[in-house]
Amino acid sequence: METDPTPIDYIAHTRETYSSLGYPPYRWAHNDDPPPWATLDKPLEEARLGLIASGGVYQRGQVAFTHRDDVTHREIPIGTDLAEVRVTHFAFDLEAARQDPNVVFPLDTLRSLVSEGVIRELAPTALTFMGGIYSQRRLSAELVPVLVDRILEMECDVVLLVPV
Amino acid sequence: MTSARSITASVNPPRAAFTDFPLGHTCGPPDNPVLQRSILRQALALFETRSEPGLVDLGYRWHQPWKEEARRLQDHRTPRYDTPQYQNQDDRKAAEASYGPEIACGVCAPSQVPRT
Repeated sequence: METDPTPIDYIAHTRETYSSLGYPPYRWAHNDDPPPWATLDKPLEEARLGLIASGGVYQRGQVAFTHRDDVTHREIPIGTDLAEVRVTHFAFDLEAARQDPNVVFPLDTLRSLVSEGVIRELAPTALTFMGGIYSQRRLSAELVPVLVDRILEMECDVVLLVPV
Repeated sequence: MTSARSITASVNPPRAAFTDFPLGHTCGPPDNPVLQRSILRQALALFETRSEPGLVDLGYRWHQPWKEEARRLQDHRTPRYDTPQYQNQDDRKAAEASYGPEIACGVCAPSQVPRT
């Protein structure tokens, strides 16, 4: 059991790592304004949930993501067997995700929660993309609008975001 | 969901559920569906219980020590190739069969093993 209760400060850690490698400091996304707030207008058990995951997850047969500012996304039908799901990424240890994709792409977990009645249903396709996109401008201008449109088209009541 | 508390706090989303796990395990340890369900059930409950924006620590701790290792300065990233990075060559062939080699071509990414 990990006994240290202090979360790792990855912003500070990455700043030090980059500095020691001679890289310029990375500018993390930072928002001071209060975030947009919306409340769920129905019980969770009546809600349709969309899943968006950024761990470089794709389905066998799809074109894998590149590891350099890939702002495309993949659509994985929610009935997909996780044995058909693959994970590649340049910045995290993939061992657990390849052993059990639920750790970064919780499709089995969410399907179980649907059968338990915690949520009513899942949106028909999960949306995945490649995290570690260093261009926040391209992320905001090219990828996010596409994901938002798809979530609206699928009439999701809530969306679960799973970054790595 | 997030296991990178400082990064998510900086983004400042309306709701965040923090799991204090090593990166790559945001939704829990592998092959532990009971714990994975418990984590997501708690996270999804925030949609009903939160009345204002905020980041909530779900209170989980990893089953093994990991932070001392993670705090050491190191760069585990693999090169950022600009071609599709398949988990294995069979995936590349499957994608080529669907999309053609010009779109699907790439090199196979090795599973990332920390260099210690």
